[in-house]
Amino acid sequence: MSPDAPPVVALDGVVKRFGERVAVDGLAFAVAPGEIFGLVGPDGAGKTTTLRMLAGLLPPDAGTIRVADTDVVAAPEAVKARISYMPQRFGLYEELTVAENIRFYADLFEVPRRVREERTDRLLAASGMTAFRAFRAGKLSGGMKQKLGLTCALVHTPDIVLLDEPTTGVDPVSRREFWAILYRLRAEGVTILLSTAYLDEAERCDRLALLSAGRVLHCDTPAALKARMPGAVLAIMTGSGRAARAALDGQEGVGRALLVGGGLHVVVDDPARRIPQIRASLAERSVPVGDIAAIAPGVEDVFMALVADASPR
Amino acid sequence: MRAKRLLAIARKEVLQIVRDPRSLMIALLMPFLQMFLLGYGISLDLKHVPVCVFDRERSQTSEDLVARFEASAYFAVTRRLSQYAELTDAIDRRACVLALVIPPDFSERLAADGTAPVQAILDATDTNTATIAYGYAANVLARYSAEIGETERARQGETASLFVPVEVDSRVWFNEDLESRNFIIPGLVAVILALVGAQLTALTIAREWERGTMELLISTPVTATELMVGKLAPYLVLGWAVSVLCLLLAVFWFAVPFRGTIGTIFVTTTLFLLVVIGIGYLVSALIRDQLGASQVALIATILPANLLSGYIFPIDQMPAAVQAITYLVYTRYYVEIVKAVFLKGSGLAALALPVVFLAVYAAAVLALAALAFRKRLR
Repeated sequence: MSPDAPPVVALDGVVKRFGERVAVDGLAFAVAPGEIFGLVGPDGAGKTTTLRMLAGLLPPDAGTIRVADTDVVAAPEAVKARISYMPQRFGLYEELTVAENIRFYADLFEVPRRVREERTDRLLAASGMTAFRAFRAGKLSGGMKQKLGLTCALVHTPDIVLLDEPTTGVDPVSRREFWAILYRLRAEGVTILLSTAYLDEAERCDRLALLSAGRVLHCDTPAALKARMPGAVLAIMTGSGRAARAALDGQEGVGRALLVGGGLHVVVDDPARRIPQIRASLAERSVPVGDIAAIAPGVEDVFMALVADASPR
Repeated sequence: MRAKRLLAIARKEVLQIVRDPRSLMIALLMPFLQMFLLGYGISLDLKHVPVCVFDRERSQTSEDLVARFEASAYFAVTRRLSQYAELTDAIDRRACVLALVIPPDFSERLAADGTAPVQAILDATDTNTATIAYGYAANVLARYSAEIGETERARQGETASLFVPVEVDSRVWFNEDLESRNFIIPGLVAVILALVGAQLTALTIAREWERGTMELLISTPVTATELMVGKLAPYLVLGWAVSVLCLLLAVFWFAVPFRGTIGTIFVTTTLFLLVVIGIGYLVSALIRDQLGASQVALIATILPANLLSGYIFPIDQMPAAVQAITYLVYTRYYVEIVKAVFLKGSGLAALALPVVFLAVYAAAVLALAALAFRKRLR
């Protein structure tokens, strides 16, 4: 990955309206070759619309989009042989078997037979699907379907892979296999652009764009995004997280609280001052509480803090 | 157009058709049922047309003529009238469709001149029935006069063979028995193919949009033409199968005489199938949901095919404005072709005009269908 190389995907001033609703509102970001680039944001932030425009499926109302040295707005068809797009909704043929679906996509990209067979074997093995070759796609579980979708997307040799929430509904083991495949692709120099609703997954990306209401709020590496976060994250161990969150709501120097397993995460401006303050107010409301400690923020904390800052409240 | 992509689409489509036996069954069963339902249900043959007789002579000869009508299965003599006013009344009250008036000097003139006029009055409020009844009546009369000639000759011997009453010796070509089935069934085949063909392909694009498979498909380099040709090829084959089924039923079950060649029917049927599956595809490309596409395809095919194709209602009896519209109804060309191939044994040369029309139609519909499909989400 070389951040100085000219971007392989570049958007500028992209606007997309659906009637009255503005789905994408002046979007701009660039992806370097060989990056795993994540689009993160709440539902309705414009992630799917953005990926569809990048794949040449949806014309923008304004702005420029370049993918793999091609002007996607002017020549959407020219980009299609260079990319792989995996929609959020399973887009394969349920009546066809796993192997037939893969062959179908290989043929559409005119992959020679020998290459197809070799890649099919490798991809199926990597995702633990070899035994399911002759299964009808409609009979597969949700996670299997997603893995089949990825296999079909990768059976030709794309320069850029566009994945729309590829791991939604995928079990943890399959997800790990999924990421192993993505890392291998990156090692081969393929650029990967994905959207995700899982913030732990966002942390695996090289760079992230935090989207909200069709705009990029922040775009940086996960580490830099965390550093950008003002204040510190406190982990509050408590059995009654909801009561604790209610008690802390609106307190001076205490940001929005995030419910996690075993308690809460809250963003505070100054841990040394706020820990005693928090203990006092929880005791006042007789909310049982264990340890309170400053922790390294996760992307989820950063996301909550940064999106909360940006949204008018 | 790339062969590999085209074949991939065609292969996928075949697998989908074969693995969805319900749709396949409907595609084959629907025409089968329609052939039987409509083949037996629609008949323009008239049986027992009510006849009133106003016999002003009441002679042996005139009774003889009336007996011919009574003997015919096409007519039933329901009333004998004694004055002209009754006749008007009987027609008015629809007591009879045909009134036969025999002049008082019938046998006299027949003996003297060898011919005698007989008046037939028809209730033409139902033109079709009246026309057919008239045809049958003319037939009965013609046969009667022929027989008189025979008897006259026999009575007078060889030498008097000049005595032959003037007769209308109408010979009916191509459908000698005037069986309406013989011209309805070939037309029916055309109408069924028009309906089934468009229905088969009306779902093919809409289904992909509905199931979400289209989003992935349009992200690939496949072109609109490859998609169309690849998708239509399997349906053309299925269309051939349906055609063979219908044509075999027409020939072997309904015993409609087939006087043409297999080659002519194959070429013209293929052209017609291209038009109908192209229409279905066009509708499917424009309307992205299955129910909507199926409904539009049904309405777009069923009314023109039934009413304006000439399959039941003769086009040359329609008002000029409606006749002009029928030139747009592609089914009319095929109805004309199938009837001619079946009953007249016409070849391609004789059918050049409708064949060229069909070919132009097919090219236009397929071009439009390819253009109508957009590789874009909405």
